[in-house]
Amino acid sequence: MLEQIAEQIPLFFGYHNMVFILQAAGRTLGMTFVGCSVGFAFGFLIAVLRQTTLPVLFLPRLLGIAYVEIFRRIPFLVILFIVLFVIEPLMPGTSLFGIATVSVCLLSTAFLSEIIRSGLESVPMQQIEGATALNLSGLQTLFMVILPQSWKVILPPAAAFVVMFIKDTSLASQLGVIEMTFAGEMLVNRGFSPVLGFGVVLVCYFAMSYPLSRLAVRLEKRLEAS
Amino acid sequence: MKHLEIRGLSSAYGSVRVLRDVSLDADKGEVVSLIGPSGSGKSTLLRVLIGLTPPTAGEVSIASERVNYRNRRSVKAVRDRMSIVFQQYNLFQNMTVLRNVTVAPIKIKKRPRAEAEANAMALLERVGMAERKDAYPDELSGGQQQRVAIARALATNPEILLLDEVTSALDPERVNEVLDTIRALTSEGITMLIVSHEMAFVREVSTRIAMMDEGRIVECGSPARIFDSPTKARTRDFVSKILKH
Repeated sequence: MLEQIAEQIPLFFGYHNMVFILQAAGRTLGMTFVGCSVGFAFGFLIAVLRQTTLPVLFLPRLLGIAYVEIFRRIPFLVILFIVLFVIEPLMPGTSLFGIATVSVCLLSTAFLSEIIRSGLESVPMQQIEGATALNLSGLQTLFMVILPQSWKVILPPAAAFVVMFIKDTSLASQLGVIEMTFAGEMLVNRGFSPVLGFGVVLVCYFAMSYPLSRLAVRLEKRLEAS
Repeated sequence: MKHLEIRGLSSAYGSVRVLRDVSLDADKGEVVSLIGPSGSGKSTLLRVLIGLTPPTAGEVSIASERVNYRNRRSVKAVRDRMSIVFQQYNLFQNMTVLRNVTVAPIKIKKRPRAEAEANAMALLERVGMAERKDAYPDELSGGQQQRVAIARALATNPEILLLDEVTSALDPERVNEVLDTIRALTSEGITMLIVSHEMAFVREVSTRIAMMDEGRIVECGSPARIFDSPTKARTRDFVSKILKH
């Protein structure tokens, strides 16, 4: 086996394979980061919506809660297929990558919303009452008092979620998106050693997620200090 | 004309009636203290006045202006004239001492930063906290935080100051530094409503004292009358128990 690997190495690390792997890694990262960024934005909106008490926002609040509770309970693979079968007929020609990214958005919105909500709720009521008594508006209280104090509660689980999702996007290979895992599979099908092919995939996943984890730890420390 | 007029004020948490038909008034610059056992509605009264707990009935007027607690603008106008200091020093944990004191003047009263900071420094000087202007609340002792909280409450130039058991959460040896700060304020023409269990202090600084029990004002009168010759049995009972130890 080692002989076979040694023999294949020069060919495996050729220009075309490298471009192929990098593109696949790009798709994995792209799905994760576009999806989680959009998810963070919408998740934030839903989390904030859930903190409001205005009667006019009752229906949106209810929809927000329903969305979060439903989508957190659907496996990612099922979401991928639902999105595929909904988008295909509505917008034919949408790329598989696009469909997978939308799926990531849908799921990460639900999960990140819960993470952000628990962060917002970690701020003691007294802080909010103090702000209210000083006449700060709801938005001023949110951005000047609540958010600065909830980052350290939000950041660690949010970063862990994104790191986890880098791995979970491998499910998009089931749709036919040529991301990291599917790329490894294709290389193996072309005759490369599975140990070599998936070994490189493993290293790539590590290379993508480890720096993110480190970044999160550094941010956390900085927030802790302030 | 009374500066603060409270007529028949009631409030409830769910089905629990915590304030029942409370009437009380205060002239400008008067220091009125609320005493009574825990759960008698003293803190709730202050919370209702500043619009943190909605009233279920009754009316409140400040300088003859009726307050509508259902109307946001009316409540904001009240908070513009009234400040509160809480039992648990609610300083913003993410802001320095100076920023805590300047945030409302700058963001709400739209004062220029330099002016707000100069004013804040003068206030911090008065409460003896100027040197710690760059500290964060968790670097300060409870008494220090409470003095900053008083400076923050004064920064918006309130006509009425509400003090809600401001020394109850403090270490015993920190109580006096806060009481001294408040004592110094009582001669400045700010109308004050004080909820406190520090009876000697209350007796010394108050112009009038209201005894509360089960959401009602049982008796209201001069400190001498409440402490030395209360007319109601409930007041006598409370005062004698508290002064004994």
